[in-house]
Amino acid sequence: MKISATHTARLLGAGLRALLVLTVVTGIVYPLVITGVAQGLFPGKANGSRIEADGEVVGSSLVGQAYDLPLGDGRETPEPDLRWFQGRPQNGLGTNSVNTRYDLILSGATNRSADNAELVRWVEEAKAAVVRDNSVPGRPVRPSDVPPDAVTSSGSGLDPHISPEYAGLQVRRVAERNGLPVARVQELVDAHTTPRTLGFIGEPRVNVLELNIALRELRQT
Amino acid sequence: MSPVLSGVLQMLALVAALALAHLPLGTWMARVYSSRTHWRVEKWIYKGIGADPDTAMRWPAYLRGVLAFSLAGVLFLYLLQRLQGILPGSLGFVSIDPDQAFNTAASFVSNTNWQSYYGEQAMGHVVQTAGLAVQNFVSAAVGIAVAVALVRGFAGSRTGELGNFWADLVRGVVRVLVPLAAVGAVVLVACGVVQNFSGIHEVGQFLGAPQQWNGGAVASQEAIKELGTNGGGYFNANSAHPFENPTPFTNLFEIFLILLIPVSLTRTFGVMTGSVRQGYAILGAMATIWLSFTALMMWTEFAHHGPALQAAGGAMEGKELRFGIGGSSLFAVSTTLTSTGAVDSFHSSFTGLGGGITMLGMMLGEIAPGGVGSGLYGMLIMAVVAVFIAGLMVGRTPEYLGKKIGSREIKYAACYILITPALVLTLTAAAVVLPTPGDSTTNSGAHGFSEILYAYTSASNNNGSAFAGLNADTQWFNTTLGLAMLLGRFLPMVFVLALAGSLAEQRPVPVTAGTLRTEKPLFTGLLVGAVLIIAGLTYFPALALGPLAEGLAS
Repeated sequence: MKISATHTARLLGAGLRALLVLTVVTGIVYPLVITGVAQGLFPGKANGSRIEADGEVVGSSLVGQAYDLPLGDGRETPEPDLRWFQGRPQNGLGTNSVNTRYDLILSGATNRSADNAELVRWVEEAKAAVVRDNSVPGRPVRPSDVPPDAVTSSGSGLDPHISPEYAGLQVRRVAERNGLPVARVQELVDAHTTPRTLGFIGEPRVNVLELNIALRELRQT
Repeated sequence: MSPVLSGVLQMLALVAALALAHLPLGTWMARVYSSRTHWRVEKWIYKGIGADPDTAMRWPAYLRGVLAFSLAGVLFLYLLQRLQGILPGSLGFVSIDPDQAFNTAASFVSNTNWQSYYGEQAMGHVVQTAGLAVQNFVSAAVGIAVAVALVRGFAGSRTGELGNFWADLVRGVVRVLVPLAAVGAVVLVACGVVQNFSGIHEVGQFLGAPQQWNGGAVASQEAIKELGTNGGGYFNANSAHPFENPTPFTNLFEIFLILLIPVSLTRTFGVMTGSVRQGYAILGAMATIWLSFTALMMWTEFAHHGPALQAAGGAMEGKELRFGIGGSSLFAVSTTLTSTGAVDSFHSSFTGLGGGITMLGMMLGEIAPGGVGSGLYGMLIMAVVAVFIAGLMVGRTPEYLGKKIGSREIKYAACYILITPALVLTLTAAAVVLPTPGDSTTNSGAHGFSEILYAYTSASNNNGSAFAGLNADTQWFNTTLGLAMLLGRFLPMVFVLALAGSLAEQRPVPVTAGTLRTEKPLFTGLLVGAVLIIAGLTYFPALALGPLAEGLAS
């Protein structure tokens, strides 16, 4: 069969028109309708599940944060503020390299392989730091007590959760630094531990931001 | 409950949900693609296109429709990105460079959704919703259309006609994808996925300065990203980002969405060919492979071999705590056994063997259950090959679904099977031999090779996931991966449609005592064997240099 140039042009025209019509349906009507429904039914969730403390927005319950001391002079990496529960390492996060008038956090993982020497070093250093920071006099933390989530970076770098084991490991340190009874802090952790959904989906977890907000309230009373 | 048991129960819950859902959806799709009536909105669309939806097309005309529509898609998406800097509603983001814009246009039109850009810092609202999300819908609809055309080839008799491409495209969007995506998007928002147009804004933090967030139409895109087995994330971290995948339930729900249409299409195939048991035989082969891969993945990830994972005491690097190892393993297997490529955990940090399982899933041709449409036609091509092998063993002319598999049919099937390995192995070899591409790797040794092998495997099979340590935003990778995606998508379609046309011209032969019973478990076993042997022989040397070397060393 011979295909003429006009035939080809007509066919391409049909393709382009089909694309434009379907763009209206799936690229304009569909997202706008979904946005309308979402903002009408679930405005809090559609806008990022923000949580407030003392009348101020302190972040999203879904997005992990760093709980660090202000950056000291001549230091490149901030020190953790050990009064607060600490989240997982965030070695995969980046800063934006295009459109740099924004100061965005770029989500991401380290992408280091299981046999990567740098990753081995990061894990070992993180484990040593967890042991050092959380050992209180008479109660040393053993390296074997440190759960994997405490020493690895998550997929997004924004993991809002830690395991109940890692939270439990931090209880004595947090209690000591804040001058609170250990039992009260432990109760706080227990109250903020979420079990598996329906008993089997996902993993048990503690939301670090919500826990720290509750801790701040406890300090103020 | 142990994490292992939790992972197994999640797998069983998925199987149960899919077993229930695929029956009505599969039957519905068979009705959609057999219907003679047009909805009112569809008539408006046909008027806009200027096409008559009732003209039956033979395979060359059907193929020209596919190619013309896809070419228009590439050009439009390329221009949209190149003009982003002057478009309103783009958050003030600059235009995308030519090589990256080509790569992204090829990527989304070919249903690959490989991303060499960072979503949150590069693409504004207009490109995301009117460009990328649109291709999530239409590239999926094109895939289903081609699969349905092949099914019509088996079901038809002596006409050579495969249906009308424009009707199949529009119906796939209007009657299947948009309704399902809308329901999925609302469920996701209810669980915490964001859906707004607030752009980049500041939000206070617990300690220190506020952080900047990028809002967007995420839920609407997330739903079709999984449902259409596309996989291109709104954010760089893809489905690991809490705003795309906030809870353990959404994780399971997103895996369900990924598998839903490919699994249901086996039912559609059964209904349209007049024997649902033929559909079950195909589904049985897909399920066997999916279940074995999931079991292997959970085994290797829970065992966490590898120095860094041993030091950490568990394979949690690159994984979100809320999903755990079970949920992450399920997602990784499902995304690489389909053409999705969305990730809820980063495959590069999996165990050596775990990374190998994700690669092997793609190398099988993504047919268990595969991409929307492409999974079904890929598996049917393998069924043709399996019937042919069985025919050689007993010395009979092979038949499948009443159609003779002669020399013309088997040549089309063989060409289909050879295209992706040729692309993967040639381009990987070129990238390894040339001096500069290797500079893009983050890891060294076997894993560095795996990063490159993974990239070309993912692109040529239209998956889109990555061993993301590879810096793919270079002119070499943007260009070669872009070409691999286009050739890996549309060349196989040529042979699928040619095969469909050839089958549709035949008169069905009657079933006799000597006919191979392709609806029986024996055939399912033969099919699984053919899939594993063909992919295994093709890719074993390459796998041995990468993931096997890494996995066996640790």
